[in-house]
Amino acid sequence: MSSVRKLLQVKELKKEYVNGSPVLKGVDFSIEEAGLVAIIGPSGTGKSTLLRCINRLIDSTKGQIIVNDVDICQTKGKPLRKLRRQLAMVFQEYNLVERLSVMENVLSGRLGYMSTWQAWRRNYTQQDINSAYELLGSVGLAEHATKRADSLSGGQRQRVGIARAVMQNPSIILADEPTSSLDPKTAVEIMELLEKFALEKNIPVLINMHDVNLAKRFAKRIIGMSNGYIIYDGQPEGITDDHLKEIYGGESWLD
Amino acid sequence: MATIDYHWQRFSFGKKLARFSVYLFFITGFLFSIRSVEVIPEFLYDAPEQIMDLLARMWPIDYAFYPLTVHDAIIETLNIATLGTLVTLIFAIPLALMNASNVVSSPLIHWISRFFLVSSRSVNSLVWALLFVAMFGPGMLAGVLAIAFRSIGFVGKLLGEALEEVNMGSVEALRATGAPWGAVMLKGYCPQVMPAFFSIVLFRWDINVRESAVLGLVGAGGIGVVLNDSMNLFQWQEVAMSLLAIFTVVVLAEILVINIRNRLI
Amino acid sequence: MAGLNSIVEGHKKNPFKRSRWNIGLWILVVTYLVYSIGSLGLNAERFLSGIGHASTLLDRMFPPNFERWELLLSGLGESLEIAMISSVSGIFLSLFIGILAARNLMPPWVSVPIRGLIALCRSFHPVIIAILFVKSVGFGALAGILTLIIASIGFIAKLFAEAIEEISFNQVEAIRATGANFSSVVIYAVMPQVFSRFIGFATYQFDSNLRNSTMVGIVGAGGLGGTLFSAFQRFDYDFVAAILITIISLILVWEFLSTIVRRVF
Repeated sequence: MSSVRKLLQVKELKKEYVNGSPVLKGVDFSIEEAGLVAIIGPSGTGKSTLLRCINRLIDSTKGQIIVNDVDICQTKGKPLRKLRRQLAMVFQEYNLVERLSVMENVLSGRLGYMSTWQAWRRNYTQQDINSAYELLGSVGLAEHATKRADSLSGGQRQRVGIARAVMQNPSIILADEPTSSLDPKTAVEIMELLEKFALEKNIPVLINMHDVNLAKRFAKRIIGMSNGYIIYDGQPEGITDDHLKEIYGGESWLD
Repeated sequence: MATIDYHWQRFSFGKKLARFSVYLFFITGFLFSIRSVEVIPEFLYDAPEQIMDLLARMWPIDYAFYPLTVHDAIIETLNIATLGTLVTLIFAIPLALMNASNVVSSPLIHWISRFFLVSSRSVNSLVWALLFVAMFGPGMLAGVLAIAFRSIGFVGKLLGEALEEVNMGSVEALRATGAPWGAVMLKGYCPQVMPAFFSIVLFRWDINVRESAVLGLVGAGGIGVVLNDSMNLFQWQEVAMSLLAIFTVVVLAEILVINIRNRLI
Repeated sequence: MAGLNSIVEGHKKNPFKRSRWNIGLWILVVTYLVYSIGSLGLNAERFLSGIGHASTLLDRMFPPNFERWELLLSGLGESLEIAMISSVSGIFLSLFIGILAARNLMPPWVSVPIRGLIALCRSFHPVIIAILFVKSVGFGALAGILTLIIASIGFIAKLFAEAIEEISFNQVEAIRATGANFSSVVIYAVMPQVFSRFIGFATYQFDSNLRNSTMVGIVGAGGLGGTLFSAFQRFDYDFVAAILITIISLILVWEFLSTIVRRVF
C-alpha cells in the first residue's frame, strides 16, 4: 500500500492560553485529499485556535503541525513566511484592509512573494494583475475592482477575502467561520464558492463552522470537536444525533 | 491562447501628479534650505560632544538652591499660568460667541472675531511677553497678560467650535417660549457646552504652565528669571535644579488635569 | 419602581448641578483670584502708568516701518529654512519612532524606552531646549533646527503611536497570514488606517514649527526672533510692528497651504 502524501498532519496539538486550562488538549488528524473538510463544535472549543495554530498566527504549546513535510511549529523567519504563503486564510469578519481598493486587497495575497519595496510601490507583475482580475471575475465582483473595500456588503467582502486567499496559490485554504456573519442565502453562496475553488485548484479547504446542516450539505468529511479533543472524524453521513449531543450538549436544539 | 492584459494603477493620473507635486515641493524646499542655511559643519560634528559636556556640568544637581529662590519663583510661575488662564476667559468667551455661526449670524462679526483669534495665536507667548514687559515693566503682570493674550486664540477657537456642535433643539425650544437672550444662553447653550468648556480650559492651563516657565527669560516673572540669571552666571547646577523644578511641576500639572478630567467628564 | 431608582442613583452624579461641592469650588476660585491678583503688586498708580506706556508704545508701533526690509527678509528666510529642515527631518524620524513606540506592534523592550524618549522630548518647552542647544552648539540656525526636530518628534511620534495602538488588528492579522514580512504588513495593513491622521499631525507640527522658528531666535537660535529681539532692545517699535505683521501673514499663508496638502493625501 503506497503511503499517501499527507498535505497536512497535526500531531498531539496542545494549546494553553492560561496555565492549567488548555483549550486544545491533544488534537490529531491529517489531511490527504482535496475537498471541503468541516470542523464543527461549540464556541470556545478551540476551533479558531486550531486553525490559527496551523498557520502559526498563534503559537501552540506542544505538538507538531507538518505542512509540506516541514513542522511549522519549529520554523521562524523567512522559512515560516514561505510556509504561510501555502496556507491561505479566510476570516469570519472578512478582515479586508478597508481603506484600500478591492483590487489591492486581492493583490495583497501576493505579498508573501514580494519584497517590501515592491509592496510599497505596488509593483505587481502583469501576471498578478491578470490573475487578480480573473479571480474577481470568477467570484462575480469584476466591476467593483477599483472601489474601496468598505463600500461593499458583507457577502461581497467575503468573496474578496476568498479571492485574496486563492491569489496566494495555496496548497490548503483555512476558513475560520467564514459564514457566521452572513445571512443564510449568502452563506450558501460562500460555501459554493469555496467548494468550487477546492475542486478547481484541487486543494483541501478546512472550514470552521457551527451550522451543522450546512456542514453536512457541503463537506466531504466532518471533524467534530468537543472540549479540546476530536471526537468525530469521518463522513458526514456517519454523524448521528448522539455524536452531536456529545459535541454540543443538550437535546433541545436538535430537530 | 491569447490572454488579455489588464491595466491597473493605484492612483489616477491627476492624483499621481498632485501627490508628486507635494513631495517635490517639500523635498526641494528641504534641499534648498540645507544648502542656504548658515550652519558651520564643524559645529554640527562637534554637537554630540558639546551636549554631553553641558550635561556633565549640570551634575550633581544643586538641591540647596531650591528653598532660596526656586520655590518662590515656581509658585509665581503657577500663579502666572492660572491667573493668565482665568483672565483669558474675559476675552475668549465673547469672541467665541461672536465666532459661532449658530449664535451670531453676521459674517462681518465672524471675520472680526476670527481676525482677533488668529492674531492672538500667531504671536508667540514669548513675543507677547516682550511687548508687555515694554509696556508694564518687568514682573508678573507682564507674564499674566502675555499668557492671557496668547490663550485667547486657542480657547476662543475651540470654544466656538464646541458651541457650533450644540444640539439646537433645546435652544430653539427656549427661544420659542420668548425667553430673553441671557436665559437662552444660560439654560440652552451653557449646559451643553460645559464639559467641553472645562476640557478646553484645563488643556490650555496645562500648556500655560509650560509656557509660563519660560516667560521669565525675557523678564516676565516666574522661574524663567531664576533660570536666566543662573545661566548668565554659568551656574549649571543651579540651572539643573530649576529645570528639575519645572519638570516636576509640569508632570504634576498633567496628573492633576488627567484626574480632574476623569472625574468631571 | 424601586429598581428604577437604584439604576438612576447608580449613574454618575451630574457634576454641574448645584451642590456643596460646587459652591465650595467657586469659593475656592474666587479666593484664589483675590490672592493671586494681590501678589501681582498691582495698584491703581502702577496700572495707570502702564496704560500710559502701552499707548505710547502702540503709537510708536504704527505705522509699521519696513525700511530695513532686507534684514527682515533674511531673518524670515532663515526662519523658513529652520522650519523646513526641522519639519521634514522631524516628520521623517517620527514615522519610524512612532511605529517603534506602538505597543501593539513592538515588544516591550523596544516600545518602553522609545516611549520614554518621546516623553523626554516633550517635557521641556522648546525655548529651554533651544537655550541648551545654543549653549552647546553655538548661536545660529543649527541650534534652532535641532530644537525643533526634538519638538516635532515629541508631538508627532506620540500621537502617531497612539493612533497606531487604536487600529483594528484584524487587518494586520490577515496580511500576516499571507506570509508578508513585517514591513509589508505595516505598509499594507497599518498605514492605510493611520496615514491620513499622520498627515494631520505633520501639517499641524509644520505650522507649530513655523511659529516656533520665529521665536527661538529670541534666545539666539537663529531666524526672525533674533531680529525681533534686537529691534525690541533698540526700541525700534515700528520695526517690531513690521516683523509681527510678517509673522502673522506667514502663518496665514501656511494655514491655507496645509488645507491643500491635507486634501491631496
